[in-house]
Amino acid sequence: MSPAGTTRAKKAPAPQKTARTAAKKTTTMKKTKSARGPTTRVPAAGPDTAHRMELLEDMLRIRRFEERCVELYSAAKIRGFVHLYIGEEAVAVGVNEALTPEDAVVSTYREHGHALARGITAEAVMAEMYGRTTGCSGGRGGSMHLFDASRRFYGGNAIVAGGLPLAAGLALADHMRGQTHVTCCFFGDGAFAEGEFHETANLAALWKLPLLLICENNLYAMGTALERHEAQTDLAMRATSYGMVAWAVDGMDVEAVERAARQAVEGIRAGTGPHFLELRTYRFRAHSMYDPDRYREKGEIEQWKSRDPISLLTDRMRENRELSDEDVARIEQRITAEVDHAVEAAEQAPEEPVGHLLHHVTSSSARAVG
Amino acid sequence: MGGGRTHEEKTTYREAMREALREALRSDDRVFLMGEDVGRYGGCFGVSLGLLEEFGPERVRDTPLSESAFVGAGIGAALAGMRPIVEIMTVNFSLLALDQILNNAATLLHMSGGQLPVPLVIRMTTGAGRQLAAQHSHSLEGWYAHIPGIRVLAPATLEDARHMLAPALADPDPVLIFEHGSLYNVSGELRPPSEAMDLDHAAIRRAGTDISLITYGGSLPKALAAADELAAEGIRAEVIDLRALRPLDDAAITASVARTHRAVVIDEAWRTGSLAAEVSARIAEGSFYELDAPVERVCSAEVPIPYARRLEQAALPQTADIVAAAHRAVD
Repeated sequence: MSPAGTTRAKKAPAPQKTARTAAKKTTTMKKTKSARGPTTRVPAAGPDTAHRMELLEDMLRIRRFEERCVELYSAAKIRGFVHLYIGEEAVAVGVNEALTPEDAVVSTYREHGHALARGITAEAVMAEMYGRTTGCSGGRGGSMHLFDASRRFYGGNAIVAGGLPLAAGLALADHMRGQTHVTCCFFGDGAFAEGEFHETANLAALWKLPLLLICENNLYAMGTALERHEAQTDLAMRATSYGMVAWAVDGMDVEAVERAARQAVEGIRAGTGPHFLELRTYRFRAHSMYDPDRYREKGEIEQWKSRDPISLLTDRMRENRELSDEDVARIEQRITAEVDHAVEAAEQAPEEPVGHLLHHVTSSSARAVG
Repeated sequence: MGGGRTHEEKTTYREAMREALREALRSDDRVFLMGEDVGRYGGCFGVSLGLLEEFGPERVRDTPLSESAFVGAGIGAALAGMRPIVEIMTVNFSLLALDQILNNAATLLHMSGGQLPVPLVIRMTTGAGRQLAAQHSHSLEGWYAHIPGIRVLAPATLEDARHMLAPALADPDPVLIFEHGSLYNVSGELRPPSEAMDLDHAAIRRAGTDISLITYGGSLPKALAAADELAAEGIRAEVIDLRALRPLDDAAITASVARTHRAVVIDEAWRTGSLAAEVSARIAEGSFYELDAPVERVCSAEVPIPYARRLEQAALPQTADIVAAAHRAVD
């Protein structure tokens, strides 16, 4: 996806804006080498510009797709639980840059961003949210259960931490067959309170599994703030206690995320076992469409919005004279067309006949007709 | 298939199961066994003794005491093309992995619109009778039989212990195998597999015309003993071994009741909401006009299984209880 990306870790990003908000919410905000990087500037244009342009487009696609989801939800076209990723786009996009198509991904119920970054089309995701047969899960999963076996995208797990053991097993299978694939598992800070996280962290480290653990620390487990659900809020430090390499990263800076993910994946492929990244991020919207968001201060939300991952990148690119208004307009236009097309296709897509209700319960029923 | 044994040689249920595991590990390099103490210890009931030495620690894999993680890892490995056999020490411990079994193993195929079958086998012991008290003795296989998307097996004979595993591994969907703890030492001559050695059909373990004793797993020997006693009184009982608890072999149940017109369902689980309740309901639905007497149920008393031997035995279905239930139906 990014030909220039392999050298990126050595190149210089713009100096990182303050991550003070994150530091306030957690006990320690270690600015690691990977999160901050050296401060030398690179000249504009070249392959790096093209790559940053891709990162921008990938993040914007997620943002605009989800904004459309909000409209469609209000219009009752989409139902069920819908968990928006807006604000966290840098994590999915940055991490995906470090993965190959042969790697596996296990995700959460807030996974539109992960799915789109992985290359599942807006059309397939939108159709799934419409519950149509053309959806990436045939309409059986909905927003929380997006799957694509051909892309090794294993969902869409709506049990907090429930995807972690599964990811360990995918990694185990690759490990046992001598393959160098990596399994990447996304989960939130809330997963730290679940036994399945700790069981899996121990198992993966014990067996040196090729597992990339991506903790999206958005500071809230639904409505419960990190310091109200964890006695020790330094999550990366806790992960190291399992004997794995772990560090915290500015999850609002897509380039920092990519650098960290590449570094972690490199370590995993070299056979040094699971790596853990704590991505300090924030969701700008409520937990789900049902959430009145009474538990967060407006000021806190605004503070984080000032570090919007998309603005962070566009500001940097403009500063480097890598991005013009025309560039942005062109990308926006392309994405609008893509999302428009996804909605139109979903509107037209067929619903599954009720006679198919019992399909896919077992493999034999999956093949059953009528 | 007989593992080279002569027909005169006796084998135990434990050895039959071990031979099945050995055959599976030999015949398919995607197969591996993992669970608590399956390797160096030899399995907490000795089932996998010697397999570590033969197949090595990659394929006979000791796990930490993390039921959810290693069952989930089995699911993930199955998704990635392996054929894992996961052993859980007892059904009571399986509750720690219930999230993975229900929310992932049984559900992924459907949630993914048919993209992700989970070819996983999970084995565990079940049942009481060894004074292991209330956290090692329950019969919760009926709960699992409630769940669409998984197959639930209860091998009760040497032949099923030996020959159910291969078709279970060939099933593209999750299969749970429940081994009653009281059966491991059962010894006898292992017969070659009959044509009925599939996973879909109940078996008639003793033919009869007067009453159907419908059971599975650890209660089968008790039902057969009851049939012997009834025979001595001139009552010819038919003993049906369900073998598969999900899907249930409705046709076999219906056919038996059509022959005998009376039924006793024997199930070591608690009566309320039990598999026995399900079987009884199906008889009521499908064979109501065949019945000459109400369906009888013999289940465990509604109590956590106690340690004290006298109390434990009183809590469990016994041969005498089955005989008494049969008398109520026949008299």
